[in-house]
Amino acid sequence: MSLEYYLVLSALLFTTGVIGVLIRRNAIIIFMCIELMLNAANLAFVAISRSLGEATGQVFVFFVMTVAAAEVAIGLAIIVSVFKHRQTINVDEVNSLKG
Amino acid sequence: MNAEQILFILFGAVSLIGAIAVISFRHPIYSALSLIVTFFAQAGLFVLLGAHFVAAVQVIVYAGAIMVLFLFVIMLLNLGTLSAKGAIGTKLKGFAIILGILLAAEGIYIAVNALNDTAVASAEPAAITTTTYDIGELLFSKYLLPFEVTSLILLAALIGVIVLVKRDSEVEN
Repeated sequence: MSLEYYLVLSALLFTTGVIGVLIRRNAIIIFMCIELMLNAANLAFVAISRSLGEATGQVFVFFVMTVAAAEVAIGLAIIVSVFKHRQTINVDEVNSLKG
Repeated sequence: MNAEQILFILFGAVSLIGAIAVISFRHPIYSALSLIVTFFAQAGLFVLLGAHFVAAVQVIVYAGAIMVLFLFVIMLLNLGTLSAKGAIGTKLKGFAIILGILLAAEGIYIAVNALNDTAVASAEPAAITTTTYDIGELLFSKYLLPFEVTSLILLAALIGVIVLVKRDSEVEN
């Protein structure tokens, strides 16, 4: 399989994540879509790493995974905290910071 | 069509269908389970690319740890009844999907055309498998500083989560 197929699949997965962020208003599902986008980037990293025949791309995948794990932990803590105060996680209703 | 192409189409289709299911299901639990399917299919793609260690970490960290965290929070907040009204209008949805299709077209165009002149495209697809040894050697020599910074990120996340949760319980008391 040549590199292009993996990059096209990666682009499609990334786009699915973007559409999810745009059309869903549930904060947890928006978070899942961000995970989807990070994973699409990981797929591109590994495909290019394979194409170049070296492991650098895979090292960066680990960095991306670490950042994703930290982001999920903090993000879910914020969601739980918001839910305690507002009884909702619909991002359209959580608008206290709106001017 | 050889075995690699068949497996690529299989894993690719499963991961795409799983991704579309994530954004289509109303109930967050179904979305989370679809996301696990997508992660497993992507682990299969990593194996096809010869990145066995990344595939193992993908299953353990993503499909294991992160998704358990998601499911735990969904069940903790009991969101099933709230999510029904969590959608935007049909007109806006159509607009978002049109923009998404444009973005996908751009991504595919870049993937197919823009790489032509670069070193990535001219390199022969390497048949060698990068082993865990190669990754570890790079991680602890060339990328030692980023590796250490990563530990700081994890520490900051740890402290941040504790502070967030602790402040809430103090306010309630």
